[in-house]
Amino acid sequence: MTDFVNDYGLSLMVFLPLVGAALMMLVPGKQDESHKLIALLTTIATAIVGLLVMLEFNYDRAGELQFAVNKTWINVVNANYHVALDVISLPLIALTLFVTPLVIIYSWEHIPAPGNPKAFLSLILVLHTGMLGTFVAQDLVLFFVFFEVVLLPMYFMIGVWGGPDRLYAAIKFFLYTLFGSALMLVSFLALYWVTGSSTFDMVTLAEEVASRDISSRTQWLIFGGMFMGFGIKVPMFPFHTWLPDAHTQAPTQGSVILAAVLLKLGTYGFIRIAIPILPAAAVDWAPIIGALAVVGIIYGALGCLAQTDMKRLIAFSSVAHMGYVMLGIATLTTFGMQAAIFGMVAHGLITGMLFFVAGSVKERYHTLEIKRLGGLLVQAPRMGWILGFATMASLGLPGLAGFWGEFPAILASYNPAPGLSQGLFRFYMVVAALGTVLAAGYLLWLLQRTAFGVPSEEFEDDPEITDMNIYEWVAWTPFLILIVLFGFVPGLIFNVLDDPVTLVSDAVAALGK
Amino acid sequence: MNLFAVEASTTFDPDAAIFGWVGIIPAIMALSFLLTLFIGKRLGKHVHFIGLAAISVSFLLSLVTAFSWITAHGPDEKDDHSEDAAVITEYAADDAGSFGPLTELAVEAGDGPAEARPNPVVTSWCWFDTSDGPNSNCDDRGASKNIAIGTLVDGQSVLMLVVVTFISLLVHVFSTDYVGGDRRYTHYFAFLSLFTASMLFMVLSVSTLQLIVGWELVGVCSFALIGHWWEEKPNTDAALKAFLTNRVGDIGLLIGMTILFFAANNSFDIIELNTLAVDGAIGHGTLTVASLCLMAAVMSKSGQFVLHTWLPDAMAGPTPVSALIHAATMVVAGVYMIGRLYPVFWNGLNIPGSSINAMALVGGITVVGGGLLAFVQNDIKKVLAYSTVSQLGYMVMALGVGAWTAGMFHLFTHAIFKACLFLGAGALSHACHHSFDMKAEMGGLRKLMPKTYLTFMIGTGALIGIFPLAGFWSKDEILVGTGGFPGTDANGTYYLPFAFGIIGAALTAAYMTRVIMLTFFGEYRGHDTPHDPGPRMMIPLQLLAFGAVVAGFLNMPKDWVGDRFGLIFEHWVEPASSVASFPAIGHGKASIPLAILATLVGVVAVFLTHAYYQRLFAKNPRATEVTGGLRDRNKYARGFHTLLSEKYYLDHLYTDGIAAGTKGWMARGTYWFNQNILDNVINYAGKGAVVGGQFLYRFIDQGAIDGSVNGAGLTALSSGGFLRRVQSGKVRQYATLMFGAATVLAAIFVVAI
Repeated sequence: MTDFVNDYGLSLMVFLPLVGAALMMLVPGKQDESHKLIALLTTIATAIVGLLVMLEFNYDRAGELQFAVNKTWINVVNANYHVALDVISLPLIALTLFVTPLVIIYSWEHIPAPGNPKAFLSLILVLHTGMLGTFVAQDLVLFFVFFEVVLLPMYFMIGVWGGPDRLYAAIKFFLYTLFGSALMLVSFLALYWVTGSSTFDMVTLAEEVASRDISSRTQWLIFGGMFMGFGIKVPMFPFHTWLPDAHTQAPTQGSVILAAVLLKLGTYGFIRIAIPILPAAAVDWAPIIGALAVVGIIYGALGCLAQTDMKRLIAFSSVAHMGYVMLGIATLTTFGMQAAIFGMVAHGLITGMLFFVAGSVKERYHTLEIKRLGGLLVQAPRMGWILGFATMASLGLPGLAGFWGEFPAILASYNPAPGLSQGLFRFYMVVAALGTVLAAGYLLWLLQRTAFGVPSEEFEDDPEITDMNIYEWVAWTPFLILIVLFGFVPGLIFNVLDDPVTLVSDAVAALGK
Repeated sequence: MNLFAVEASTTFDPDAAIFGWVGIIPAIMALSFLLTLFIGKRLGKHVHFIGLAAISVSFLLSLVTAFSWITAHGPDEKDDHSEDAAVITEYAADDAGSFGPLTELAVEAGDGPAEARPNPVVTSWCWFDTSDGPNSNCDDRGASKNIAIGTLVDGQSVLMLVVVTFISLLVHVFSTDYVGGDRRYTHYFAFLSLFTASMLFMVLSVSTLQLIVGWELVGVCSFALIGHWWEEKPNTDAALKAFLTNRVGDIGLLIGMTILFFAANNSFDIIELNTLAVDGAIGHGTLTVASLCLMAAVMSKSGQFVLHTWLPDAMAGPTPVSALIHAATMVVAGVYMIGRLYPVFWNGLNIPGSSINAMALVGGITVVGGGLLAFVQNDIKKVLAYSTVSQLGYMVMALGVGAWTAGMFHLFTHAIFKACLFLGAGALSHACHHSFDMKAEMGGLRKLMPKTYLTFMIGTGALIGIFPLAGFWSKDEILVGTGGFPGTDANGTYYLPFAFGIIGAALTAAYMTRVIMLTFFGEYRGHDTPHDPGPRMMIPLQLLAFGAVVAGFLNMPKDWVGDRFGLIFEHWVEPASSVASFPAIGHGKASIPLAILATLVGVVAVFLTHAYYQRLFAKNPRATEVTGGLRDRNKYARGFHTLLSEKYYLDHLYTDGIAAGTKGWMARGTYWFNQNILDNVINYAGKGAVVGGQFLYRFIDQGAIDGSVNGAGLTALSSGGFLRRVQSGKVRQYATLMFGAATVLAAIFVVAI
């Protein structure tokens, strides 16, 4: 068993969803229930494999790459099929494995127009493979391929099952991210040639960079390309404008996956690739990243305050929340990285939850225009409470998961890594702390206008507006439990995060000397 | 400095066993919250039994804790209890008196021969740790960011345990009648339990991080209870205002605690932090900045000027909630936090030997500023709310001038008599058609509600500081503690705060007499016949009134009543001078002339106000205002009145200025920029690329890219159509194209560099 998991566990986990998708191709399109069942079973099976891997994972050596499989893949470009797992990936993999089955359960009764569960669910499965693959890839080419595999299913989800403006949103999402990816690819290739490496292996490349005397300008530029690729994906201000459109137009499932997992591909890229491979350039870039992060915090919050659409507001809030994650990363300290990883998981759960609620509200009211809503607590009390709970979590209430991504990031920026300007980062800290007030402002204002009060005449006697159904309960309860659990027992994540994140900042600390 | 106070209390001294288990008390309340929330609906109108049972048990356990704590105070020094030696004796060996002159003061003030007072008892568990390997625990001293959760038992936390559970118990009982039949009875009791749990969790904090968590959790309970009747917009507005104002202060909390975390060598531990601050191991500048940041948090949470504006609005919540949360307990969280981290403020703000500092000034201004606003309110709860603001000012001022014990004592007495007053106001409103308007619906209730009248009068007397009621003693001690009166020999010479305190005493007496006159005297202005409430409301009121009579006797000056009966509270609550995590504070000498002066000021104010209303009622027993009075004759008086009734225009500034500006032009401006500048850059770039691409590829490779960028492919999209397009190989073309382009670019890049 152990041997099997060691050798095949990760690959099985990554490609199982693809097998499920292939299976669905064999089943006639009319059999909706079979498709749903196949999709659900596939994701559950994937989660079980993932669980086995995590049980086998040696937490005493959490910093090392485990379950490594390194096979020759594309000889021409020296790209290898190299997958492995360490604790930077672990929480994100767990998040992905957790979210996808729940999204499929939610889809049971919520297949968006124009229907066709077969196509919709198989796209989710393809997406699943792409996301899992990105988090385990240890080779830049492999990483890139998975990174791009994610793009297409999401593009189609938005473009086909999205809202009225779906075409614009889909193509904007696709081209914008592709543009970033192209620059990222330029950087990967440049890195390969500049170091004269014989492989695209991440660890090897980091060693090569460390051992060679590469001019800081070159490093800076290569980092810049990666910054564009990952920064657009996060998204960081000012590259965020694809996000509100994509989120608003995407179907609920798409929004949830986008918020919960896809945005993390960008932040993960910084922690896994950009910073460890180019620590010196990271030190040069950190003040810029930090500045954009805190601008994003304030800017995103102000953007939220201006929104008239509930879903678009939640979308904008991601810009602010990912700002905290990026601020944590920009400090280049262990604690900052840990805060960032916690923040990613927390944001995934909380914002995912918010998008679920928004989706269900939309389904009942056929609108998300805030000023037409109101009195959700009267008409659908349980859903109203869950919205209240999720907003509290989102504004960073201690005792819920959001706090542990936010406060530690603020804390870490008080004392950034050596080589970074303390005064500057303390300024960032104050701005970020200011952002917590604005976050409370837009979220509670949203809550007040949608959940409190009494229903407007328009919806007063609408029989379609009912409280939660069983699929919503099943899909959402795990989210709620985890948000509370991580809030009260943050050690579940913090205690596991250790060495690799330390390694990241060790590389930086070594430069400071 | 690795005296990290992370230590499970493993000694099983029978006396001390309870100290290791006090964590059970908040846990019981948390359990009560969950039970009420999840099975409460099934119990229907009996749901309050869960909360009542839980709070009763909690109260009893708190009493047991307090009793154990008190008995741990031996009169004989040799009988040194060892239950706490595990943790704290390490500190005890440290120098307790790093402040030379103050040690003298302390001795001079006459604590007598060293009294045997127990040290703080810390019981903690590893909450999480971020620096060790995954299987390590908080005991590993090598790590730096281990964060503990647990309980810290000392005089201050025992005091808070008793106060919170006592008031909460009475409020629970009172509520069963007062909010009986409410549309959300279950949620009401659920949140009372959650609030009590969070408050206890906070007061027992071992680490500043735990304190932050508790601090925010009580805030959210306050939010939920202020907005309890969320159908009406004014209530939710008040709830939002409370939460957001507190968030503003929380900026200071987060930053202040961050600074202290690094100042204490990467530790959140309260005792370690305090010890370092006492030792002078933390730079003075750091402490100053940290204490100023924390002051912002105190200002919002404890309703200090200029962040007090949410507190009167918070009266939108049910009245028992106002009594518990917005008078007796939650709003003293700021005071509690100052007391808990006293060495930080003590050194950071140069409290000893000085004559003014930020804390004393903020407190003093709040005493007077809040008191003045109480005069122009017609809503009895709002008067009491501004009175709370003013009294919180006294507490903060007391801590600001170095009178730690006086501040804590005032917290204690105020909790009792203000809860009495708030519940009394609830009883009045319950009888008067749920109105709180003194002028429209009250008057002459003295005869109609005699029992309520008696309790309310006692509460008022205690608040004004009539000898020998509770407020007299605690307020007197604060005035002594300022050192502004000759011969009091306190920590400094705070003349200005002393003056604020005396003025505040006069104001308190006057506005409370106004309340009494408007509600209980004259003629009843409502309709029907109000009557005293039933026992579930009356008994809590009577118990609190009894408390308002006797609570003050706990801390009478030794000079007046002798060693046996004097300063009992101080003996139980104030840390021993050997405790290294507490600064060597001095104690002022009680002064009979001062007591007479303060009393006289109050009595004169009462007398004048009383005379004013007597004259008014003599003309017309239903009148509530003088016509043709000073306000009509003098434009300055009119201007001042307008200033007060507009609440110093602070609400206009905050709501119409800052909040509206942020929500309005700032948000809209940002969004306009986003849509019209940033987004258009992208759109035009995209369009430019499309045009350029089409142009290029029309010449170079017609089939390659044209369809892709201009979106023509998408227009044909339907659920079937797109799949065909995927299969048609377009995607592979893009990929090839991109790889190719990227390779070329990278090559150019490498060559160029």
